[in-house]
Amino acid sequence: MKDKIAEKALLFIALSAILSLLLITFFIFQQGIPLLFKAGFGNFFSTHWSPTRGQFGILSMIVGSLMVTIGALIVGIPFGLACAIFLAEFSSSAIQKTLKPIIELLAGIPSVVYGFMGIVILVPFIRQTFGGPGFSVLAASIILGIMILPTIVSISYDAFVAVPNTYREGSFAVGATKWQTVVMLLLPAARSGIVAGIILGMGRAIGETMAVIMIAGNALKIPGSIFDSVRTLTSTIALELGYAAGDHRAALFACGSVLFIIIIALNIVAIRITGRK
Amino acid sequence: MRYLAILWFLSLLTCTQRKGGIIIAGSTSVQPFIEKVAEHFMEEHPDIVVNVQGGGSTAGIQATLNKTCDIGASSRNLKVSERGLRVVLIAVDGIAVIVHRDNPVNDLSIDEVRAIFSGTITNWRELGGEDAEIIPVTREEGSGTRGSFEDMIMGDVIISDACLVQDSNGAVREIIATTPQGIGYISVGLVDEREKALAINGVKPTLVNLMTQKYRFSRPFLLLLCEEPRGDMKTFIDYVLSKKGQDILKSSGLIPATEIQDD
Repeated sequence: MKDKIAEKALLFIALSAILSLLLITFFIFQQGIPLLFKAGFGNFFSTHWSPTRGQFGILSMIVGSLMVTIGALIVGIPFGLACAIFLAEFSSSAIQKTLKPIIELLAGIPSVVYGFMGIVILVPFIRQTFGGPGFSVLAASIILGIMILPTIVSISYDAFVAVPNTYREGSFAVGATKWQTVVMLLLPAARSGIVAGIILGMGRAIGETMAVIMIAGNALKIPGSIFDSVRTLTSTIALELGYAAGDHRAALFACGSVLFIIIIALNIVAIRITGRK
Repeated sequence: MRYLAILWFLSLLTCTQRKGGIIIAGSTSVQPFIEKVAEHFMEEHPDIVVNVQGGGSTAGIQATLNKTCDIGASSRNLKVSERGLRVVLIAVDGIAVIVHRDNPVNDLSIDEVRAIFSGTITNWRELGGEDAEIIPVTREEGSGTRGSFEDMIMGDVIISDACLVQDSNGAVREIIATTPQGIGYISVGLVDEREKALAINGVKPTLVNLMTQKYRFSRPFLLLLCEEPRGDMKTFIDYVLSKKGQDILKSSGLIPATEIQDD
């Protein structure tokens, strides 16, 4: 009897989580999509954003979001993978036990702290070294790259650890060095886990808001170089929602819809890849 | 279960706070000034809690209209579609164009400011400064400060997409204070010693110049109510408009509503 109650209660809670997701989805699209049709796709996917004057072009923000995300991956993937390989294959268990929690701790630092570090250290450094405003694609990419490290490291680490030891023994038996084993055997074997980690990290990077607002400068122009300022979709929503009314507000929800679609697509890809394992 | 208990407790807390207090929401430009007045007010009236929130002028007006806050704060006049609220003018604020402390430029014409923010002038050398790229910082679309800046200074000229965008007076000030090539605009009352307010067409945004309307770039700070103030709200509004409240606003760099000289 008690079991039944517990089961029903859990089912109810699980369903309410799904229900809230559905409600959020419905709400975002219901608020955003009408404007898409009202303004027209040509207007919406142009580069000129001036919602109080009826210009709803979000192309520069889509480009901005993609640039910053790709930048974050360029920073995050090599460091993340190297870290995971080191932890899984080259380090003693004592080092593993210290390093892994520390890296995972990175995930617990609030994004506003990352943003603050960016403003205080990274932005002045980039301004003095490379010129420009300092608030730039580069600054945002570096900070986001660090922010997605824990995701990439822990998921790829798990993937490496999950490769059966017999693989390694076989490889050593045919005379491969440790490095050859890692590159030629473990990387392909752990591929699906690594890719899933990267895609989840990518989802985090594209959705990050606070840190990006603080260090990307938020200029609406499509950046000409990585030292130029950039605006992402999430920044636009967070920056302008407080003041927005009418069509402007709807346009922000439309931004949200576009972002939603991008993130759903990423997640579907992630599920596909991990599912193939 | 423990979480539920905590939630319940929290909701209780917010409920009790709501009962004995006044919630003010709106313009982030008005917010720091009202906070200062509210602090003094709460010292004298310990039984009334005044809670000041930001959100922006539009949000403040909306919140007052649908009664999610008690008093709205706006740094612009109401649009026709927003009529129907009681408006109390508490002060007038100037908009200062600010640059980094070490910038040699002291004075710009209104046309030059326009050219900078529209992206026509891009180097400080053209304005008598050093050979360095100008980094203009503007506010986000929909902001009251940006609205006033566009109305009073930009006119029909559109602010360039290349400008950095920040979402509060404080964030703009932070960038200008740390960026030698930067230029931005914030409330006169918020300019501190780390930045320099420029003279526009030769007139500096000083209190005297603002009061005599020699410095023309100013805007109203309004408190909004959905009905005739009563009880605690009336006490608070009266305090803001009293000599004490107005003096606090004046010492923060605003022109008190009671001292505005019409020309």
